[in-house]
Amino acid sequence: MAIRVQAGAFDPWQELADHEAAQAGSVAGKAGGAAVFVGSLRDFNQGRAVSAMALEHYPGMTEAYLEMISREARSRWDLLDTLVIHRHGPLSPGEPIVLVAAWSVHRADAFAACRYLIDELKTRAPFWKREQTPDGARWVQPDRS
Amino acid sequence: MSTIKVKYFAGIREQFGKAGEDVPAAGLQTAADVWRRVSPVPPPANLLVAVNQEYGALDSAVQAGDEVAFFPPVTGG
Repeated sequence: MAIRVQAGAFDPWQELADHEAAQAGSVAGKAGGAAVFVGSLRDFNQGRAVSAMALEHYPGMTEAYLEMISREARSRWDLLDTLVIHRHGPLSPGEPIVLVAAWSVHRADAFAACRYLIDELKTRAPFWKREQTPDGARWVQPDRS
Repeated sequence: MSTIKVKYFAGIREQFGKAGEDVPAAGLQTAADVWRRVSPVPPPANLLVAVNQEYGALDSAVQAGDEVAFFPPVTGG
C-alpha cells in the first residue's frame, strides 16, 4: 500500500511500471487484475476555458486521509496492493492530477476498490482547485455528479 | 501549551486574509466556540471542520494543543 502527495509532475504510467517492478513476491504473479484510474486537468470547465490551475491542500491531513481510505479499501475488498498519487501546486491542462490503482487476485475487487478510492478522494480529500480562466481566477465548485 | 492552532484553507483563508492563527484555549470547548472567537459572523452552512487533521464538526470537542481547521467543500481528484 502506498500513497504520495507531491508538488512535481508525474507520469502515471511510469509510476505504475516502477511500482510493479518493486512489488513484493506476495503480489507479483499473484495479481490477476490491476484496475487503474488517472485523472487529468481539462482545458475547459463549467463554461470557461481553463489555462492553468493552482491546487491547494492541507499538508498532513491529505496524506492521512489517503492512507485512511487505502486501509478502508483493503478492509472491504480482497486486495494485494493499492497506489494513490496526487499532485498539489501549479498545474497545466493535460497534466495528470491523480493516479489510483488497485491489484487483486480477481478483477471484481480491483475494479470496486479503484472506484471506491477515487470517489472517496474526490468527495473528502482536502484539496481545493483554483482555476485560471479568461474571466480571471475562480475556485472550482464541487461537482456532485 | 495553552493555545489552539487554527488553520484556514481556500476561500475561507481568503476571507480571513491569513492562513491561520493561534488562539488562547481558555473557555473554548467546541469547534463552534473557536469559530466564534475568530469570526464575528456565523459560519457558512457548508463549512467543513477538521480537528487534529481528522474530519469533525462544529460541535466537536476541542482542547489546548489541538489543531482546528476550517475550509470549504473540497475539490480534489
